[in-house]
Amino acid sequence: MMKLLRTFIFGLFLGLATHVNAALEIEISGGGAQQIPIAILPFGKSPEVPAKDNLHEIIAADLQRSGLFRALETRGMANLPTSVTQVKYPEWAALQAQAMTVGEIRPLGAGKFNVHVQLLDVLKQGILADVDYQATTGQFRHTAHKISDMIYKKLTGENGFFSSRIAYVNKSGKRYALMVADADGYNPQPLVSSNEPIISPAWSPNGEKMAYVSFEKKKPIVFVQSLNTGERKIVANFKGNNSAPAWAPDGSKLAIVLTYGANSQIYTINEDGSGLKQITKSNAIDTEPVFSPDGNWIYFTSDRGGRPQIYKVAASGGEPARVTFEGAYNVSPRFSPDGKSLAYIRNDGGKFRVATQDLPSGQVQLLSEGSQDESPSFAPNGRVILYATKLRGRGTLAAVSADGKVRQRLSESSGDVREPAWGPTLK
Amino acid sequence: MLKPLNSKLILVAVASALLVACKSTPMADKPAAVEDKSPSAATKPADGASTADTSGVKEVVVDSNANNAGNNPLKDPNNILSKRNIYFDFDSDIVKAEFRPLVEAHAKYLLANGNAKVILQGNTDERGTREYNLSLGQRRSVAVKKSLNLLGVQDKQIETVSYGEERATQNCADENCFQPNRRVDIVYEGE
Repeated sequence: MMKLLRTFIFGLFLGLATHVNAALEIEISGGGAQQIPIAILPFGKSPEVPAKDNLHEIIAADLQRSGLFRALETRGMANLPTSVTQVKYPEWAALQAQAMTVGEIRPLGAGKFNVHVQLLDVLKQGILADVDYQATTGQFRHTAHKISDMIYKKLTGENGFFSSRIAYVNKSGKRYALMVADADGYNPQPLVSSNEPIISPAWSPNGEKMAYVSFEKKKPIVFVQSLNTGERKIVANFKGNNSAPAWAPDGSKLAIVLTYGANSQIYTINEDGSGLKQITKSNAIDTEPVFSPDGNWIYFTSDRGGRPQIYKVAASGGEPARVTFEGAYNVSPRFSPDGKSLAYIRNDGGKFRVATQDLPSGQVQLLSEGSQDESPSFAPNGRVILYATKLRGRGTLAAVSADGKVRQRLSESSGDVREPAWGPTLK
Repeated sequence: MLKPLNSKLILVAVASALLVACKSTPMADKPAAVEDKSPSAATKPADGASTADTSGVKEVVVDSNANNAGNNPLKDPNNILSKRNIYFDFDSDIVKAEFRPLVEAHAKYLLANGNAKVILQGNTDERGTREYNLSLGQRRSVAVKKSLNLLGVQDKQIETVSYGEERATQNCADENCFQPNRRVDIVYEGE
């Protein structure tokens, strides 16, 4: 099965982790055999450019974290060109780089900068991409993530996920905070805080809003909050529980779970609380709904067969059909963005682990090694699955590549971290 | 048996470090802070007022809850109505026979006090996922509701909710630790 190949913490990451805004420390283990060796050279820049945002370090860390790249150490190199015209390719071929980037940051005045980057093919000695980005001083990290996405796309043919964000709940003492951070764990910002539990954050498809469950009124109630304005609205506060929000892919409505005076059942509702419609009608527990990416199905957890398994029902309602058959306990379904794979939590002999199921073939793969793993969610490109785990009794976040080869742990410096949700890529 | 629910949570709180939020830069707007408006928080100023007094004059706090405590059967430690926890076996929502007198006493009180409303809060231990545990806890609160219904209490006096595993003891190693988490708490509206 998945064996831990090696565990190493890159000095590079340690350096970044001491950054004042870094809350999630990232530790990587394992790695694919087919990693692309790439040299990300320091950007040429004038003194006005803030030193703390070293774009090349951010980009190298992004690419390394994906498991598909090996960022090469460039500090010992005699020549560090900032433009293709200065590049002596044999020096970089000797370092075994297959690709490299050179670039410079030029002030445009009024706090604006132009970031120019060239992605080079070392073996063919040619330019793969030549791109300009504009950034203000506060946008260098974001620009670095966009450059990482560009490199990832050029060299793998797939979209990157570096300029996306993640949400999670931090519990420090008796205080709960729903946090939003960059995909690399930087810039953590609280969205809402409470001394009652907050669970089940769900990003709207456009990344502008968050649905979540708050117990602030001594019962679970579903809220939706705008990330930018902080405007906060109750979506569902019916008698009994209101929980497990999931957005339809077009953002038009949410699936939620209500109980009234009985067991959990799945409903759909508009964001403004109108248009409530019951989707499942059973005497069992029906919960954890999630829409398929085409919007046609709602997959959910149900114990209608005795033990909890994953079922699907047409998004407009109807007769549910069972989806998982292996194992006695399968819960928390989440779709890959292409709709072809389902991640969920399996209780495997008392160990709760992340599994994926290829939907066309039904083939199941166990991906995580923890014993209390929860809340899987896919990166926007489907390549990585983020989940909650426990390390020495403390809640922390972990990620595993969808092929199971690369693992990461993201731990916050304080508190218990849980309920992660990976958001869409930012524009 | 009736240990205060929060005792373990408070221990956790002591060990807490700085909120990560403190060192981060805020978003465009401030995060929505949610205040605790719980009755327990509301009664705290009563204690605070007397200890904060520096003039040597002891302040007497006349607080409606404190005043009623002596007469309120729900608060009287000698009255079975002050017992509010119903415990369950593993993976079970069956209300055990030993809790029948407790359920009957609350049913009697609700029948005699038609304006009283009770909130049944289901709980589970920490094993399993949060949303599924929320549903499992709900099943337990519904089981207690059905027991009350059988004794004649109407649904309009009962709300069933669940906290799932949110109030469960963390990192349990054995059944002695798991067991007290599998329960329904009976809370009267306004408490």
